[in-house]
Amino acid sequence: MTANLFFNLTWLIPLFPLAAFAIIVLWTNRNQLLSTWVAWIGIGLAWILGWLIFWLAGYHAKYLTAPVENFPVPLFSIPTGSTELQVGFQVDTLTGLMLFMVPFVCLMIFIYSKGYMNYGTKAVDSRYSRFFAYISLFACGMLGLVVSDNLVTLLIFWEVMGLCSYLLIGFWFEKKYADPNRITPKQAGLKAFLTTRIGDILMLAGMLLLYTQTGTLTFKEIFSSEVLEKLATTYAFGQVPWATVIAILIFGGAVGKSAQFPLHIWLPDAMEGPTPVSALIHAATMVSAGVYLVARIIPLFVAVEGGTQLAVVAFIGAFTALFSGTMAIAQNDIKRVLAYSTISQLGFMFAALGIGAYVAAVFHLITHAFFKALLFLGSGSVIHGVEHGHHHTAHEGHGHESPEGDLRGGEFDANDMMNMGGLLRRMPATGWAFIVGALALTGIFPWAGFWSKDEILADAWNAFMHGTEFGVAKFWPIFVWAMLIVAALLTAFYTARLVFLTFAGRPRTEAAHHAPESVPSMTWPLIILAIFSTFLGLFGMPWASQVYNLLGKYSTILGEHIPHGEFNALVAGISLFVAALGWLFGWLLYGRKPLAAAVDPLEKPLGPVYTLFKNRYYIDQIYQKVIIRPVIGLASAAYAFDDRIVIDPIVDGVGRFGRWLSEFLKKAVDNPIVDGAVNGVGRATAWSGEFMRATQTGQIQNYLLVAVVTVLLLLILFIVRS
Amino acid sequence: MQVPLSWYLVVAAALFCIGLYGVLSRRNAIGILMGVELMLNAVNVNLIAFWRYVEVVQASVAGQVFAIIVITVAAAEAAVGLALIIAIYRSRRTVDVTEADQLKL
Amino acid sequence: MSVQHVVFIILSAIALIGALGVVLNRRLFRSALFLVVSFVGVAGFYILLEAELLAMIQLLVYVGAIAILIIFAIMLSRQAMAADDKVLNEQWVLGGLAAVVLCAFLIYILTRVNWPVVEAAVPANSIQRLGESLVNPNGFVLPFEVASVLLLVALVGAVIIAREK
Repeated sequence: MTANLFFNLTWLIPLFPLAAFAIIVLWTNRNQLLSTWVAWIGIGLAWILGWLIFWLAGYHAKYLTAPVENFPVPLFSIPTGSTELQVGFQVDTLTGLMLFMVPFVCLMIFIYSKGYMNYGTKAVDSRYSRFFAYISLFACGMLGLVVSDNLVTLLIFWEVMGLCSYLLIGFWFEKKYADPNRITPKQAGLKAFLTTRIGDILMLAGMLLLYTQTGTLTFKEIFSSEVLEKLATTYAFGQVPWATVIAILIFGGAVGKSAQFPLHIWLPDAMEGPTPVSALIHAATMVSAGVYLVARIIPLFVAVEGGTQLAVVAFIGAFTALFSGTMAIAQNDIKRVLAYSTISQLGFMFAALGIGAYVAAVFHLITHAFFKALLFLGSGSVIHGVEHGHHHTAHEGHGHESPEGDLRGGEFDANDMMNMGGLLRRMPATGWAFIVGALALTGIFPWAGFWSKDEILADAWNAFMHGTEFGVAKFWPIFVWAMLIVAALLTAFYTARLVFLTFAGRPRTEAAHHAPESVPSMTWPLIILAIFSTFLGLFGMPWASQVYNLLGKYSTILGEHIPHGEFNALVAGISLFVAALGWLFGWLLYGRKPLAAAVDPLEKPLGPVYTLFKNRYYIDQIYQKVIIRPVIGLASAAYAFDDRIVIDPIVDGVGRFGRWLSEFLKKAVDNPIVDGAVNGVGRATAWSGEFMRATQTGQIQNYLLVAVVTVLLLLILFIVRS
Repeated sequence: MQVPLSWYLVVAAALFCIGLYGVLSRRNAIGILMGVELMLNAVNVNLIAFWRYVEVVQASVAGQVFAIIVITVAAAEAAVGLALIIAIYRSRRTVDVTEADQLKL
Repeated sequence: MSVQHVVFIILSAIALIGALGVVLNRRLFRSALFLVVSFVGVAGFYILLEAELLAMIQLLVYVGAIAILIIFAIMLSRQAMAADDKVLNEQWVLGGLAAVVLCAFLIYILTRVNWPVVEAAVPANSIQRLGESLVNPNGFVLPFEVASVLLLVALVGAVIIAREK
């Protein structure tokens, strides 16, 4: 069956971009055009195969009578001690959906990157090819993650993505700022890596515990009913079921990777990387890997009835959604607003998973990838334009302007929204695409975000009303719903603020005044993503949800237990109302009277609260004082102790002992024995020579005497014998 | 044939050993040569004695012939040896064999 | 004790004393003369053994040629020998010991063996036979001729070696 043939080729999907990475690194590094095409072909092939597999998985699910099982296809096994690790891949409808979204969004971003990295112009980035190599490797990591059939290879690809994230955030590692409090790309990369590491350690702990309890790490085996039964009923320390412990630990990894509270601190600073990176990693793919992970192991979460693990997930998600929303309204950097928005939306997804709205969470993941990527790429286009405008006015000049800095007097920051304004006229394609994305994000009907976000809110409400199928206790989902509603309001508000500050009114700086529209390689992906953001939602309409069919009806992930929320007009109405309210507030403050000066009208009314939001609740500083300084201090102390008291004496001791031993051996063995033997041989030979020499007298009579004596001896012998 | 063969042999042996002593112990080259002649004579005596006592019955004269050949060889050897001694004497002014030790190591 | 025995004893005394004189004498010339004495004694033995021709040859060659030659050589190298020169070399003790021991052994052996003695008379024409055998192709002509060649070579060699440069 040809379907099987293509399913068996799934392992090629991550390999295409990996090959692209290898080719660029090894061969085409010098040639920028070639590198671009290699990367595009790599991701393009992955996209084609990915969509094919997605379609096949859906077809397989819908038209064959048996439900699709996630059938793992083993590739090879690695001997590990007494057991073997079976490495393979699997395709089920969840994987299929991810394969629909990931390679396509990556392709859009790859195409966009060509223009963003200034290919073909004087300002082309000096490490252009390397960028494409890194993003290809990253794509390999994400694609490998979604087709893995066991936690080990999942972890491997997880770490690959972490590495690429570090490399890409710090891509402009030489960039330095005059302001010492501003984080540089190099530092941001480290911050991202180390913060996600903390999450990774929790995840690893969870995996290790899982392995010791069950002896396997393959999904199919973990999710078999016997294993789940065992994990649910055996208790760690006699108190908590193993399933709960493991689930929460692995969720820890998702908290780190998906930037949920308290490990959210790295994502805003990761905006120091190039914008395509922000779009790729911090909107569409890597951060959603955390959501994917929890979705993948949801059976572990529901194994224990009424367990606290789901509540933990839901509350962390909901709290983060609200928390980061508050910080977003006070940021001036366009990308940082979007970063907080991402954190907030991820919070929505985790909240959905926590209350049992599995389908809504995954659907929102997919739609969010599209419109958040669109928004990031759009912001990149805007920043690009403003930079060009600044360059144009500052260095080429119109004659009557002087090179200007920031309106507040510092370095000119092209990311700062206060330096923009009125860009809709200057950059129409970017502007309108961006607005489409904004509408999708805020959940305005009929854009995609409406359907997905609304479904989450509806499911939260339903969970409160009826209790979820996942056995969650009845009352607490209402708090989740309430937090999410407020977060939705904030989302609409800061999105409106963003749109009005950037595109409406009149340009506040000369740079904005001269900002050109971006090149087609940058605007076309925006347009395509805008189209998807508009129409994708239709697949998730509650009364005809294809997504539900794929994930819920045709999948045996949880048997028949995935709930399908009814369409509740009241809840839909409330969420739409809240979104509109947010837009209204935004328009009132930022759109009606376009800001002339750089003063935010929100500053004065909110006062100290505004400062709190703007400085991100000072969490970074708290972490620095409470955690980082003590750890560094401890490390320094340990180093000093170790090195000076333990290691140096040992090393010196070894050295001295070696010397002593060598001299001793020289005196005891080398000189007497070895030299003695060698010299002795020489002396013996010389002595024997001298001795033998005496017989060669040169006198014949001596020789004759010897002969005679010999004959005599022989005679004697002869006679005595006989 | 009243004298037993062994008497002849004993005398020859004694003669031989005396010659041997002369060869081994004398310094003068000519003295050594004289010792050699004595040894050859002893050999001849042996040969003829055996011819007389053992071989005569076969009507063979091989013993005598052998002895004649020995005498011939002795003569030749004496001639050459003495020529050598003369030559050495001429160049080195010595006939002491202990001084002819050029092959000494 | 027949006449033969007595004669034998006398002859052996002559031979042996002559030999001793050769090896023990300090003066070389006297050694040469004692050598002649010893040769004569050996010739006597030959006569006693009924090998008369050989006795004559002995006297002619050994006494008449070899001994004379030796005396000539002694004369020609006279200056090298002073009367107080040492006669014996450093190993004379060992040499004498070896000779004595050897002699003892030989005598011991020779007197123990049962020689296959055959009583027979010497044929009357033994000298004729000897002559014939020396030129008989089936006889000893080859050693005879070779011996002649040897003599020739020795002669030439001696001349070459001993001539004045």
